[in-house]
Amino acid sequence: MSVNNKQPHVPQTTGHVWDGDLQEYNNPLPNWWLIAFYMTVVFAIVYWFMYPAWPIGRTHTKGLMMITYTNNQGVTKTVHWNTRALLMEETNEAVAAQKPYYDKIASTPFENIAKDPELNSFVLSAGKALFSDNCAPCHQQGGAGKMGLAPNLTDDDWLWGGHYKEIQQTITNGRHGYMPPFGSVLSDTQMTQLADYILSFEKIPVDPASAQAGNALFHSETAACYYCHGADAKGRVAHGSANLTDGIWLWANVPGGKTVADKESAIKKVITGGLNKGVMPNWGERLSAEQIKLLTVYEHDLGGGQ
Amino acid sequence: MFKHEWIETNIGLLAVLTMLAISIGGLVEIAPLFFLKDTVEKVDGVRPYTPLELRGRDIYQREGCYLCHSQMIRPFRDEALRYGHYSLAAESQYDHPFQWGSKRTGPDLARVGQKYSNEWMTQHLVSPRSVVPQSVMPNFPWLLTTPLDYSDIEERMRALRQTGVPYSLNQTEYNANVKKFGADTAKLLDISHARQNLIAQAEQGNYDGDRSNISEMDALVAYLQVLGTMVDFRKYDDDAFVKYR
Repeated sequence: MSVNNKQPHVPQTTGHVWDGDLQEYNNPLPNWWLIAFYMTVVFAIVYWFMYPAWPIGRTHTKGLMMITYTNNQGVTKTVHWNTRALLMEETNEAVAAQKPYYDKIASTPFENIAKDPELNSFVLSAGKALFSDNCAPCHQQGGAGKMGLAPNLTDDDWLWGGHYKEIQQTITNGRHGYMPPFGSVLSDTQMTQLADYILSFEKIPVDPASAQAGNALFHSETAACYYCHGADAKGRVAHGSANLTDGIWLWANVPGGKTVADKESAIKKVITGGLNKGVMPNWGERLSAEQIKLLTVYEHDLGGGQ
Repeated sequence: MFKHEWIETNIGLLAVLTMLAISIGGLVEIAPLFFLKDTVEKVDGVRPYTPLELRGRDIYQREGCYLCHSQMIRPFRDEALRYGHYSLAAESQYDHPFQWGSKRTGPDLARVGQKYSNEWMTQHLVSPRSVVPQSVMPNFPWLLTTPLDYSDIEERMRALRQTGVPYSLNQTEYNANVKKFGADTAKLLDISHARQNLIAQAEQGNYDGDRSNISEMDALVAYLQVLGTMVDFRKYDDDAFVKYR
């Protein structure tokens, strides 16, 4: 064997010769590779006939493959293969598969949807996906909300109402929270009195005399807090005004205040500057009515729905 | 008879033929798009950016948002479910350069406009993890504190006008815009009123929740809030754009 290895190897050349003795080696590709390559060429030619391929002037070859779909007007069309028609076809299939559930959701009263085990599991799985994509950025995964940005959806406190119809309304049309600023209307002492009055609902040790004065101010025409927050300070759903008595806070970071003074100043900050936020976008344009109804049930059942 | 040797021994010919060979791909795939009549869909509502949105777009590019965010929803069902209607070529006809992209470390932003409130946008840009705990997006706190430089807004619009964006410089162009986009939009595309339009939109929109100045945040949020909102797809059948393929 060692003898064979030492025999001179005569390489194949292309026959090109430069400068008299410079030759070009020819190393042919393996047959399996060549065959695979020619097969890709054949595949490409078949593909050109089957699918949109070559530009011709201001149009292009459309290919032999066809797609049949039905649009939302109920018109069935057959067009040459393209990704947009393919999407129509795939979407129609998925919509048809989900249709029995969505039809049932549309025709079932809110209260009965969660009681139907099959419908409930559909609401839970589809609702989770819809909630994660659309609601969770503000209301957070699980719906616990975010101090200073978006309310908790799992508790019993509702700014715009926790009944099915109200939640549906909120999702469809969106919301915009507003409270006028009182910085130029009330003195610092008056605002402290109001803060103390509100904090007294939570049994936070404030100066009773100050809270008493705040109570009077709350119901006076000077501050007129009662007009939006109600005579019992429990808020009014029609205004989206907060219940100030339940120890649940969104805009004034009272729970974050370590001392009573901190808590007072958190409330005073809101009274001074007012609010022009709490904007919830409207989803009526982005989601279908059935999707919104489904989300309403999902959201209602996160806890606290009324 | 043709001999391979001719090419290999003639460097000039080799260069010309090499160039011809490698340009075929581009000629076949790109050039026809400029001539195909069904490339850009006919659709109502798409307009060039207002001066404020335009500056927002500049900041979007400066901060490299496009490195992680695409702006093109592909015609797939999963994309339609998450992001909405697939993007149309017509929707980026005034984008120079377009922001389509294919790198998605973050979500596609082609239809992020009006999906979240201005407050959320601002808070999310300043501190993304305060609202989306699992986010890997960097913080952009300086946008809120840096005053927007709009001293060269007219030049920026003039430059885009050179590329074919219909910002108007004279009465004829203005009238053409009135006809094409309506009077309200045409006013916003008028280069001579760019500065006052920018200030007016920023003050009225108050995008960053801070009325004391016009910050870069105002511009960026104004831009983000208009993305993908120009076409009202409810006006069209769900297969209206199939014929453009």
